[in-house]
Amino acid sequence: MNAPLPRPIVFRRPWYSVALERAIEALIMVCGISAVILVGGIFFFVFREAFPILASPNFGLGEFLFSIEWYPTSVRDVRYGVLAMIVGTLAVTTLAMAIAVPFGIGGAIYLSEFCTPKLRETLKVVIELLAAIPSVVWGFIGLTVVNDLLITLFDAAVGLNVLNAALLLALMSLPIIVSIGEDALKAVPDSYREAGVALGATRWQMVYRVLLPAARNGLLAAVLLGVGRAVGETMAVLMATGHAVQIPTGLLEPVRTLTANIASEMGEVSQGSEHYRVLFTIGVLLFGITFLVNLAADLAVRGRRR
Amino acid sequence: MIAVPPPHGIEARALNLWYGDFQALRDVSLRVRPQLITALIGPSGCGKTTLLRCFNRINERYGSVRTTGAVEVLGQDVYAPEVSLVELRKAVGMVFQRPNPLPISVYENVVFGLRVHEERGRLTRAVLDEAVESALHEVGLWSELKDQLQTRATSLQLDQQQKLCIARLLPLKPSVILMDEPCSALDTAGTRAIEELMFVLKQRFTIVIVTHNMSQARRVSDECVFMLLGEVVEHTRTEQLFLTPQDARTADYVEGRYG
Ligand SMILES: Nc1ncnc2c1ncn2[C@@H]1O[C@H](COP(=O)(O)OP(=O)(O)O)[C@@H](O)[C@H]1O
Ligand SMILES: [Mg+2]
Repeated sequence: MNAPLPRPIVFRRPWYSVALERAIEALIMVCGISAVILVGGIFFFVFREAFPILASPNFGLGEFLFSIEWYPTSVRDVRYGVLAMIVGTLAVTTLAMAIAVPFGIGGAIYLSEFCTPKLRETLKVVIELLAAIPSVVWGFIGLTVVNDLLITLFDAAVGLNVLNAALLLALMSLPIIVSIGEDALKAVPDSYREAGVALGATRWQMVYRVLLPAARNGLLAAVLLGVGRAVGETMAVLMATGHAVQIPTGLLEPVRTLTANIASEMGEVSQGSEHYRVLFTIGVLLFGITFLVNLAADLAVRGRRR
Repeated sequence: MIAVPPPHGIEARALNLWYGDFQALRDVSLRVRPQLITALIGPSGCGKTTLLRCFNRINERYGSVRTTGAVEVLGQDVYAPEVSLVELRKAVGMVFQRPNPLPISVYENVVFGLRVHEERGRLTRAVLDEAVESALHEVGLWSELKDQLQTRATSLQLDQQQKLCIARLLPLKPSVILMDEPCSALDTAGTRAIEELMFVLKQRFTIVIVTHNMSQARRVSDECVFMLLGEVVEHTRTEQLFLTPQDARTADYVEGRYG
């Protein structure tokens, strides 16, 4: 008779729980979109500063891209040709990658396939440390150590040149290539290694017949992100390239890169002047280059094949 | 002169294996006859896979494995110090539970073994083409795949992948083929296809198959080995093992009382 009534089951949540959930959802959405807004905003402002230069009689897009004459402060005969800096950027980046890619991919293979777990942890800490060195410190190393080294080794007139900057950039992009490359190799399913071992592949055959094809996209992404790092780097190359506007004919010649040019001249131009706008146009150019490199890396990660 | 086949395809003597401190095989002695299909059966975790992986020494990929005793394949001790693992694995092929073709083309999967084992100079286009065609013929994939030799093997259907994994062993002309639950990822039709393939292959190879599907063991095998807790309990002809098991534990298992 006096058995307790069953408690009614209530499906409702209190109002504040619903509100809190909504609020959190909105906050997360803002975080997600903010990256897009920021990138769009940066591009917009850089472009807005650069755009009016197209109307100037002193500026031609053809001359800008294909002339090596860079006399932005000349009073009578002003010239805005950045070809030499494009070539300088390409030369330094290409040489840096020629050094960093074999070492980086080799290091990634060693870390993921050959070394003991203990050694791997130690090496990874060291590599992260390498990534944490500020670029201005790399610049100092270029100015002093590498500079002296090149002068003694190659009897170069100055040690600040393509080779110097490329060595620094190689060291700076090495950690990216190694760590992302290692992730790519780690992601190769163990069943592939097992298949290779069971078919009698030696360790080395395993690397180039199984792992490199299986991890190809990830390794390509690692290389391209390394390229992106090298192209965008400013401070170290500003200090180590010698900063001469010329098309290099050898590895021991000084050059100037697009980034270093912006960094060194931006402080001296008056805002809104032609020179100022041309520097922003170089910024747009760099934006385009890094965008293409990153896009390629992204496509590689997603594994677009053939 | 006809070469006399060795009396035993595989012989294990007093084989013990530890994963770290855990003993997975206990004093296993076993003779696998050549040109027959031998099935390893037993409940999950009894050491079937472990035993199979001793025959090509692929267990040693895991760091903490320790093995004592002897295994002879075709009359040679495979745990002897001078054994070349590369040659051993050429003679003893393995098919895995999950089909694991490599993420390269069908063609390259089939010739992978040749590329690994043969000198580059010998591998002319004609040799490779011929190897691909005959291996795919043998597993019954040629008519399906002859126009897709350049597609990625990992995009095939699962049963095609498993047949390809068998096909890629054939160019190396192995003597023994080890199969670890080769049908467990396949549907009925795929299972039947693999079983039929095994009948074709057994004339030329010594086949050891791990299965926990007893009706499969009955269908395909000539001899059957029942294992329990790392030990071999019984090893006889298949009909006998299922109809008149000698050991009470075998009887319990084949009647489905555990496992
Ligand atoms: N790599 C390994 N490390 C440690 N223990 C393992 C490993 N592989 C298998 N084992 C253990 O060894 C026993 C036998 O495993 P396994 O040979 O895979 O059995 P089965 O194939 O008969 O199911 C199981 O108890 C399992 O947990
Ligand atoms: Mg198993």
